[in-house]
Amino acid sequence: MGRYLLRRLLQLIPVFIGTTFFIFVLVWAVPGDPFAGKCGDRRCPDAYVDFMTDKYKLDQNIFVQYGSYMKNLLQGDFGQTFGGRSINEIVSNAYPNTLKLALVALAVEALIGLTAGVLTGLKRNGFLDNLVLVSTLFLIALPTFVTGFVLQWLLGVKWGIAPVTVSGDVAFSELLVPGFVLGSTSMAYIARLSRTSIAENRRADYVRTAIAKGLPMRRVVGVHLLRNSMIPVITFLGTDLGALMGGSVVTEGIFNINGIGREVFRAIITKEGATVVSIVVILVLVYLLMNLLIDLLYAALDPRIRYE
Amino acid sequence: MSDPTVGSMATTPPAEQPTVAGGTAPPDSGLPANAKRDQPRGLLGDAWIDLRRKPLFWISATIILLFLVMAAFPSLFTSVDPTQGDLARSRVEPSGDAWFGYDVQGRDVYARVIHGARASILVAVLATLGTVLIGGAIGILAGFWGSWVDALLSRIADVFFGLPFVLGAIVILTTFNKPGSGNSYMKIVSLVLFSLIVLGWPVSMRIMRSSVLATKQADYIMAARALGAGSGRIILKHLLPNTLAPLLVYSTILVGSFIGAEATLSFLGVGLQSPVVSWGVMISETRDWVRVSPFLLFFPATFLVIAVLAFVMLGEAVREALDPKLR
Repeated sequence: MGRYLLRRLLQLIPVFIGTTFFIFVLVWAVPGDPFAGKCGDRRCPDAYVDFMTDKYKLDQNIFVQYGSYMKNLLQGDFGQTFGGRSINEIVSNAYPNTLKLALVALAVEALIGLTAGVLTGLKRNGFLDNLVLVSTLFLIALPTFVTGFVLQWLLGVKWGIAPVTVSGDVAFSELLVPGFVLGSTSMAYIARLSRTSIAENRRADYVRTAIAKGLPMRRVVGVHLLRNSMIPVITFLGTDLGALMGGSVVTEGIFNINGIGREVFRAIITKEGATVVSIVVILVLVYLLMNLLIDLLYAALDPRIRYE
Repeated sequence: MSDPTVGSMATTPPAEQPTVAGGTAPPDSGLPANAKRDQPRGLLGDAWIDLRRKPLFWISATIILLFLVMAAFPSLFTSVDPTQGDLARSRVEPSGDAWFGYDVQGRDVYARVIHGARASILVAVLATLGTVLIGGAIGILAGFWGSWVDALLSRIADVFFGLPFVLGAIVILTTFNKPGSGNSYMKIVSLVLFSLIVLGWPVSMRIMRSSVLATKQADYIMAARALGAGSGRIILKHLLPNTLAPLLVYSTILVGSFIGAEATLSFLGVGLQSPVVSWGVMISETRDWVRVSPFLLFFPATFLVIAVLAFVMLGEAVREALDPKLR
């Protein structure tokens, strides 16, 4: 187990470096003066240019720049924006909001998706089954911003039963609608995934045994069937957390949530390279660690899987 | 988005593994005399027979055909110029004159929705072709050669796979497409294509790789090798036809995802831009007016959703036809 963990962690390093370097090159290696338009209509003062050039090693080649950035990063310093704001501060303000939003989305999609999947998987080809299949197709076909606009307009503006936008302190109750919007596509995939998985395992011998020895249906489904059908769903949920956080740009824009999606979008548009790279670094890290966590969870769910 | 598909496709390929080893032998194994009369059907032949009986297939194929005609010959559906604006009729509600009303600039929404099909579908289809060709080729190489080639290619794929899709696309597009640099239609379209392909190929690669890994050990591959077939011949003649099914299913759904992705990027203002007419551009232009004139959002969004739905349904039908387990 320890050796497996170590090997996996070592495998993460090249992927992490590759991804962050790719973004770093895209953001910083763009030809042109990085200070153009950064100080209003005037040229930037020489002292400022010298300071920033030195801080980000702008006079060196891209590898040195990347190395110096990574060195600071490992010491917990994300750097500064061109305006002198600490990026650690930006990230620590925005990050919890996005995490909250992604967790709400994850909870909503898991709850609704799993319920729909289990119900339809147990009873295939019924009315409910067809209804769920059709509605999952629709959810997959709807882009997030359409769902977002429609729900915002319908629930918030027309019927007034949900807040139109999210306030500054981002309460969980306000995030229900945005969370639903963000998780809607994944919800459809979870419903389909768990439906297939349950339907497949429903015919397994151990289920027949469990029913034959007189266990109540609740226990057969809740303990035997569900636990064995969870692996694909857990895999999906795990990788989805990273995807939700990275894909929250649109949802955060529509519902006015102050999260990293909006920060990174603003940073890309205003060419704040350090902010972009920092936020992407965090997202990639979340994604990679979640993948690892899921692999470790397999062993807990299925005792047949062991890591040597 | 294409990310959600990743989970389901990458984790459940065994369900779509073509089990060719059983009933449907490779076509070249049939006796030449019999082959003329009683052509042995391959996996795709079987699937086609199965597909023809499905209403889902015919419905989605008809809708897709309609959209393709719309993209190729928009003048069949409307004779109004989609870029002709008249501010006097800004945001006029739908009526007998203009079925879908007029947008903020006073342009005919119906004409724009029809003309918007071209950019949206062109981008999605070309991006899918690129993704599937590049990803599939790399996947075959990685799966077939194994060892360090596989390790290297898989890690490279991981790098692009780990990037959040929307963010990666925004960064690529803003880097190469500076605002105000007067970019041409072709350049923007090819940049959007480029970013979709760069961020999308790892999924195709993984699907192809896992299906090659499952097929590589089959007896007929060994037999071909024993008969002296070279690597190139084995890949093209034996591996490719027998591993194509999962990728085919994925690519159909991918066209739908890419239509949505293009719209999302245009919506964020980094993808296609006016004067190009696409559904995403139209939706993006209405974002400030949704609350007062919801019909502006309704029509392009409906077309977008129907188009995506058609491709997803087609993928669904093809998947059911190709998956022997569901028969």
